[in-house]
Amino acid sequence: MMKIYLSLDAAAVSVGADRVAKGLQAEADARKMDIQIVRTGSRGLLWAEPLVEVETAAGRIAFGPVKPADVKSLFEAGFSASHALHLGHIEDHALMKIQQRFTFARSGITDPLSIDDYRAHGGGAGLAKALTMTPRDVVEEVAASGLRGRGGAGFPTGIKWRTVLGAVAEQKCIVCNADEGDSGTFADRMLMEGDPLCLIEGMAIAGVAVGATYGYVYIRSEYPHAIRMMTAAIDLARKNGLLGRSLLGSGVAFDMEVRVGAGAYVCGEETSLLESLEGKRGVVRAKPPLPALKGLFGKPTVINNVMSLAAVPWILAHGAQAYADVGMGRSRGTLPVQLAGNIKRGGLYELAFGITLRELIYDIGGGTASGRPVKAVQVGGPLGAYFSDKQLDIPLDYEAMLAAKGMLGHGGVVVFDDTVNLAAQARFAFEFCAIESCGKCTPCRIGSTRGVETIDKIVAGIEPAKNTALLNDLCTTMTDASLCALGGLTPLPVQSALNNFPEDFRPRTALAAE
Amino acid sequence: MQAKHYATAQAHSPFDEIQAQAIITHLADQPGAMLPILHALQEAFGFIDSRAVPLIAESLNVSKAEVHGVITFYHDFRHAPAGRHVLKICRAEACQSMGVESLVSHIEQAHGVKMGQTTADNSLTIENVYCLGNCALSPAVLFDGALIGRVDQDQLDELISVARAGVQ
Repeated sequence: MMKIYLSLDAAAVSVGADRVAKGLQAEADARKMDIQIVRTGSRGLLWAEPLVEVETAAGRIAFGPVKPADVKSLFEAGFSASHALHLGHIEDHALMKIQQRFTFARSGITDPLSIDDYRAHGGGAGLAKALTMTPRDVVEEVAASGLRGRGGAGFPTGIKWRTVLGAVAEQKCIVCNADEGDSGTFADRMLMEGDPLCLIEGMAIAGVAVGATYGYVYIRSEYPHAIRMMTAAIDLARKNGLLGRSLLGSGVAFDMEVRVGAGAYVCGEETSLLESLEGKRGVVRAKPPLPALKGLFGKPTVINNVMSLAAVPWILAHGAQAYADVGMGRSRGTLPVQLAGNIKRGGLYELAFGITLRELIYDIGGGTASGRPVKAVQVGGPLGAYFSDKQLDIPLDYEAMLAAKGMLGHGGVVVFDDTVNLAAQARFAFEFCAIESCGKCTPCRIGSTRGVETIDKIVAGIEPAKNTALLNDLCTTMTDASLCALGGLTPLPVQSALNNFPEDFRPRTALAAE
Repeated sequence: MQAKHYATAQAHSPFDEIQAQAIITHLADQPGAMLPILHALQEAFGFIDSRAVPLIAESLNVSKAEVHGVITFYHDFRHAPAGRHVLKICRAEACQSMGVESLVSHIEQAHGVKMGQTTADNSLTIENVYCLGNCALSPAVLFDGALIGRVDQDQLDELISVARAGVQ
């Protein structure tokens, strides 16, 4: 019998993976061939989706991107190297070999809802290890790994956990922030669809470490596939002792549930997310008090991004040092880089910190999808800076990005070709902030709208020097006086566009948004 | 692409107070029940009918103003039913880089429907969405809940005509 692997990831399905699966089965039936189709997560090579892998004695041989119309010819070629879509041994593919897949070790390989697959590929080892340690030792192990919050702020995860461990309360909570709203990012979605048990294990370890017995994963409503997979995986985990009253028979309890967002970008901000979980408007809270001391329903709460929590099982299973050995400077471990936008080979590549934008865009991404020159790159989502093609030697590292007046954020990189107008992008940054502002603080609520108007004046040629000074002044106010990152970081795309692409702000007769 | 494979017309029951109360009561005991209740009501009736507001307020022991505040804060909750088909188009940066803005202008001109509106025959609602997490395969849309990547003008035209042809 022939075993065929095909991704069920939403991105793969969006370009026809389900129809390819049906076609493979129908063609095999017509040929009276016995095949078994296993739906896995995605390898992250999204440009090659739908990626079809055939198991052979020498490993899995890949073909992609496969369209439903290609299915017949795959059979005719006997799934051999003679087929035009043949990519060879997937593990040996250049874009797989450059990666260090810690968090995404199983994604693309296993059936995400098979507990046997999970265990056979190292799943559960981190939790088992944590249950043999004292809570303090688990926290210190995570601290020693150098893991920093992958949501965007880059705050050391171990220090957050230490605060919650030290808090005295009858009930503590673990909250996973899966409100991945940044354009250009999809790592959380892919992990939840491709290896949901890994996130569950990470949350259970967090619970064990800080003494919390319940957790929530708050997933944005725009991710229906991820919601279905996480919900199914939680049931599966309960049946297999990864969740419940006695984790792996240890007597330590931890359980969790999925909560669904409702289309508010600001709920990716941690205090707004907590308000939303409590059933309120997602209005940002002033800090202090820190969520670690007074979080969900006033209880001490660990609130971490999906990528942070999903890195924890590997760290526990392999040791903090093995994780810390990878990376550069104070950015330790790996970063699941999401290469997106106008790019030939877009996808998710889990890399050690330190790769430059140039290597990423050209060596990995193969340049733009349109074939036109790269003009701008936005790093870190809608609140990240726009860099020009002369700034591509910046490495992906928390500190290096800050030094270049940008931020790494959630690791999303969006490439634009030379048809983009950066004044239009800066205007959009303000517009987006105005649409998504929670309304609590004035700089964000009002400043965003004033920003749109001011950019319109600059490009319309109305007192450009005076209005540019006003724009910079507005940006300073928003940076310094906003309550959270939405208002506080909107000036980043705006001012980077202004500084790195001044020519795009020269007065024009027509508005940039057209 | 075969647009017919993606189209699943929305079918919701008309608002019913007893059914609404049953949904609310079923969920009201969990901590932070407001969003799960609103999602469940919208799932059942297609939008949040204003007649549900006092029921929720009573069950959760909060003011009607607070319920109204939550409903209006979140983009997802509808105040009126959507068309039978819903097309959500991602307008965020990655999709912009692959030309979504010209696709939107085309739709508005060629099909006479504006973003955020429902066609007069109630067959189709077209909405903005900011990121569907399919940024390596931009532009992306969500049609009746199905994610479609690398979408082009011909495909969008096909989706829209399938949706509009469904009118009886």
